[in-house]
Amino acid sequence: MLELAVKGSKRYYGWMALLLGIAGVGFLVYLKQLDFGLGITGMSRDVSWGFYIANFTFLVGVAAGGVMVVLPYYLHDYKAYGKVTILGEFLAIASVVMCITFILVDLGQPMRVMNVLLYPSPNSVLFWDTIVLNGYLFLNLVIGWNVLEAERNGVHYQNWLKPLIYISIPWAVSIHTVTAYLYCGLPGRGFWLTAILAPRFLSSAFASGPALLILLCLVIRRVTNFDPGWKQIQSLAVTVAYAICINVFFLLCEVFVAFYSQIPEHVDHLLYLFVGLQGKGAYVPWMWTSMALMVAGIILLVNPITRKNELTLIVGCICVFFGCWIDKGLGMISGGFVPNPLHEVNEYIPTLLEGMITIGVYALGFFVLTILFKIAVSVKEEVRA
Amino acid sequence: MDTSRRRVLQLLGLSAAALSAPPVFNALAKEAHEPAAAPQIGPSKEALTAKQWAMVIDTPKFKSEKDVEPLVEACHKIHNVPHWDEKRWEIKWLWATHYEHAFTGTVSRRFVAEEVQHRPFLVLCNHCENPPCVRACPTKATFKRPEDGIVMMDFHRCIGCRFCMAACPFGARSFNYRDPRPALKYTNKQFPTRMKGVVEKCSFCVERLAEGKMPACVEASEGKLTFGDLFDEKSKVRELIKTHYTIRRKVNLGTEPAVYYIV
Ligand code: SF4
Ligand code: SF4
Ligand code: SF4
Repeated sequence: MLELAVKGSKRYYGWMALLLGIAGVGFLVYLKQLDFGLGITGMSRDVSWGFYIANFTFLVGVAAGGVMVVLPYYLHDYKAYGKVTILGEFLAIASVVMCITFILVDLGQPMRVMNVLLYPSPNSVLFWDTIVLNGYLFLNLVIGWNVLEAERNGVHYQNWLKPLIYISIPWAVSIHTVTAYLYCGLPGRGFWLTAILAPRFLSSAFASGPALLILLCLVIRRVTNFDPGWKQIQSLAVTVAYAICINVFFLLCEVFVAFYSQIPEHVDHLLYLFVGLQGKGAYVPWMWTSMALMVAGIILLVNPITRKNELTLIVGCICVFFGCWIDKGLGMISGGFVPNPLHEVNEYIPTLLEGMITIGVYALGFFVLTILFKIAVSVKEEVRA
Repeated sequence: MDTSRRRVLQLLGLSAAALSAPPVFNALAKEAHEPAAAPQIGPSKEALTAKQWAMVIDTPKFKSEKDVEPLVEACHKIHNVPHWDEKRWEIKWLWATHYEHAFTGTVSRRFVAEEVQHRPFLVLCNHCENPPCVRACPTKATFKRPEDGIVMMDFHRCIGCRFCMAACPFGARSFNYRDPRPALKYTNKQFPTRMKGVVEKCSFCVERLAEGKMPACVEASEGKLTFGDLFDEKSKVRELIKTHYTIRRKVNLGTEPAVYYIV
């Protein structure tokens, strides 16, 4: 099927060239980082994880969000999703590719990454994260590819795929749970030390993943002859609406626990993020923007009138996507590290260079995504014709 | 040190021993006619040992920054710890901070005895009995030596993921955001320098203990710091803990820090 990826219009080639160009610039900056060290970033002794890990965390969510189309289709036999499951699976693949790349660019000694497998350490959550992420990538590749190929040949997919499909559903939950466990099992980091972190990660995943999928489906409707279907998009929108409500609810639970108990270790991180602490508050406008976006997303997606209108649906999905990105990306990581274990406030401000590497990784991800979607859409067009 | 590496060292030792008999070894020796000293593998006979090394810091004896500087200087100098002016790249194994920062979460931030408020409190890796940094490390580059409880770093295995930094509740760890060597004014050839992209921290002077010497900061402290075996009832640290009121940092987290503070 790979040949489908190289047969395309001028517009397709132009888009791919653009993505490759951006990824190339990112790669050049990464070479600079390899040479100089992670000192080109804004990270410090106190905030030792930054933009890379933030985007990694967010994208694990997008990857896990793909399960929101896989589950209804395969478990509840919700036929309508037959048209979009492959898109969900391929979005998951591209997201995991970005996740793994973000981890690699974040390592101080990337050429030693195999040490994780050479000296397996089951007590480290990072070890498990490596396993579940790569496993999820593998599962989605095998499932997505074979199901699509079967569809192309006009046959039912092979029976041995069935167990893999069933495994992939809890596996999607596991990737984001394990990623949350990276944070929530650390003593002395009050902001993360909460049992609701994994559920919260999942709820924002099930909001932002499908929100992105809706936007992508709408793009596909415009630029190709394949229509993922308005009904499917609407069902997805309901999923997003519920998930974003639950996400905000979980956030409010956190706020209640912190502010009613008034335990400084828990309150101070939220204070830093939302009003500033010790005169420092670079994230304050961002966090309020995030809250406003999530609330706007709820209003636009819960209300059936605005959900069913294409324009307001698009706006709603964009609100949810970026609201979650700020909340989980920017806020979650910086908020956990500030104030530091000695209760000093040293802020983290990403640098231009790490921003360029980040955009480069996204370009790489969208390159992979475009190839996969191109193949999927071409097969769908072929089958229809 | 894990067993595989120990085996490599043993093999090296064996081959060195094999070499030492014939004249081949003489070429390696400084002076050909001098009898070559047998190469030594593992700790020497004078090595200091313990079940769990621990430190007691007699904080009332520290009056001002002047009292801590020689200790920090001694540690950072012999361990090739670089000095960066850029705060983001800062590396420190041992440093002084204020009472409420050292014991955040445990002590009052207000209404503190004036003298205590101005007293410098030394902080360093606590070589926790139950270290979360070791639990977090995905490569065992951070590990706790079973024989004496020292939490050690393997600079050659560390992948620079910084999970241990997030896991340490004491901010004891530093990361080499760039090559540290240009920032060294002086290099101690007896101790390895690091490369960019790895984590480092206080090692309880494991290399000095192996030679029968006390940690550098303890030696420079003129009695303000005491070092010894926590699990030996007759040790000097246990003696001090028995006879003085001591506190530790963030005991509520269950990491069991092995650095005790007399206040
Ligand atoms: S103080 Fe921090 S680095 Fe040292 S052993 Fe304890 S947790 Fe690990
Ligand atoms: S930075 Fe190095 S020592 Fe720390 S957890 Fe990662 S591999 Fe282990
Ligand atoms: S014990 Fe050694 S390594 Fe640790 S702070 Fe003292 S001098 Fe530095």
